[in-house]
Amino acid sequence: MSKKQILFGLAFGAVVLCLPPFLKNYGVYMFTTWLIYVIATMGLNLTVGYAGQKSLGHAAFFGIGAYTVAILMKAGFSWWLGLPAAIALCFVLGVVLGFPALRVQTIYLAFATLGFNTAVWLVMRNEEWLTGGTFGLNGIARPEIFGYSLKDGLPYYYFVLAIAAIAMGLMWGLLRSPWGKAFQALRDNPIRAESLGIDTRNYTLLSFAIGAAYAGIAGVLFASLVDFIEPAPFAVGASIMMYLMVVVGGSGYFLGPLIGALVGMVVPDWIRDVFPILSNWYLPLFGGTVVLMMIWLPDGLMSLPDRIRAKRESKLASAKRADAKSEMAAVMGEQK
Amino acid sequence: MTAPILKVNGLKKAYGAIQAVGGVSFEVMPGEIFGVIGPNGSGKTTLFNSMLGQITPDEGSIELNGKDVSKCGPLELNRRGVGRTFQTLQVFGKMTVRDNLIVAAQEHKGTMLSRMFAPSDSGLGDRADALIKRFRIEHVAHLKAGTLSYGQQKLVDIAMAFMSEPDLVLLDEPCAGVNPSLVGGISTLLKDLNQNPHSGKKSSFVVIEHNMDFVMDLCHRIMVMVEGQVMAVGTPAEIRANKQVLDAYLGA
Repeated sequence: MSKKQILFGLAFGAVVLCLPPFLKNYGVYMFTTWLIYVIATMGLNLTVGYAGQKSLGHAAFFGIGAYTVAILMKAGFSWWLGLPAAIALCFVLGVVLGFPALRVQTIYLAFATLGFNTAVWLVMRNEEWLTGGTFGLNGIARPEIFGYSLKDGLPYYYFVLAIAAIAMGLMWGLLRSPWGKAFQALRDNPIRAESLGIDTRNYTLLSFAIGAAYAGIAGVLFASLVDFIEPAPFAVGASIMMYLMVVVGGSGYFLGPLIGALVGMVVPDWIRDVFPILSNWYLPLFGGTVVLMMIWLPDGLMSLPDRIRAKRESKLASAKRADAKSEMAAVMGEQK
Repeated sequence: MTAPILKVNGLKKAYGAIQAVGGVSFEVMPGEIFGVIGPNGSGKTTLFNSMLGQITPDEGSIELNGKDVSKCGPLELNRRGVGRTFQTLQVFGKMTVRDNLIVAAQEHKGTMLSRMFAPSDSGLGDRADALIKRFRIEHVAHLKAGTLSYGQQKLVDIAMAFMSEPDLVLLDEPCAGVNPSLVGGISTLLKDLNQNPHSGKKSSFVVIEHNMDFVMDLCHRIMVMVEGQVMAVGTPAEIRANKQVLDAYLGA
């Protein structure tokens, strides 16, 4: 790691640790929401950005996580049982959703996962006996940790921050291990990967399952944050938004989700707050920005430093070429 | 008498009414470089794809080190020691050259679970660096493979096939699209890898190639295929002198 990166990291750590106590309740709420979406999109970044599996069903897992903890707590179980149950259920369903990916790819896979999301959403909406239908489920309490209540906004924020940090650390370790390379090989060229002994079947299924498990964690934290869940935040539109966050942040960049979730979740609210006049214009602005970005920065915001570096290098190279050319011309001139 | 590393017996494959390969048999000995030549449509690629587990032959058997592998897929064959290169470029474009080499052999070490906790380079860093040096691509080792020139990517592609120290390497037109000045370099490299692989054991190659000078220079034995049949097998000198082959293919 370079000095610059360490400084950035320290500054970032200081902001997420020290800023929230100075914010109003709503600010803390937004910070917490941001971290929850960071966890969810980190999982999607593994599936889409690293393993190259175009999934448009991520919000379904987010919802399955939220409903799992809500339903279990309604039945009298502890939050601390709800969390692992949600992770396990999402992991298993992630494997199941991975199977279509073994047969279809790219846009066809996107449609298949979209269908899955719709089916899950319909269950949430129609199976009232289980999910409360459009009325939703309420009274999802926040957990206690070692007897310490996380009911207030700020303690819950730090709890989510700790979980996000652990989730990021685990993801970093996974991507650094040989698995990370295998996922990228699968993304870049599955046929070649298989000819090199990489079990593309297992890695495809696992990229879905691990991504889904991350969405499950985020869903559990989300349910406890908002205290009331209904099907709307887990519809197809939410999946598309999450995909957009991954792409805007930088698909296949480890820190992409941090920026993507910020742009997708926090900035709209902040703009509404600071420039109320713009609030009606946010969506068209956001949409327009995405279109422009896809043209000029298709690899997302995190690719910006790479871009600048590449530009500088090519400038240096062409300057060198120009020097060589003029030297050459000088030599040729002398020879005449 | 040593046993052949690869034994193909009466291999047949038809696509509808077209008999692409009509009963081909041959053996490749350990350490041998075996060339397969023939005009377009002579069945070379079908033969190759059968040996690589991409397609299942209609009839006949393929034995690797005395074991039948006719039903094995590409993954299984690779795990059993068969490496390959592709006719078209097949590198992992967004990974660095060095990572391309490491990922090419990492799955041969440990189990899936143990690889989750293995070091980032799977302990293959030294082997990758040695191959990078041997292929003289040190100056681009840290770059993303997709940004290299065609010839450099071809070298990476070939190097990847050797990372797992395979017993048998199938090379599909290693010179296709390569600058003529690099062809000699590839030939030298392949001879070098065949004579003295880094592991100390000999690798056998099967090479499909249209560049005659390259094939005649590199291969120990050559098989000529015409219309799905074997027309002749022999040393480069024998093939050059074969009247039938001259008429049918070499045309000189």
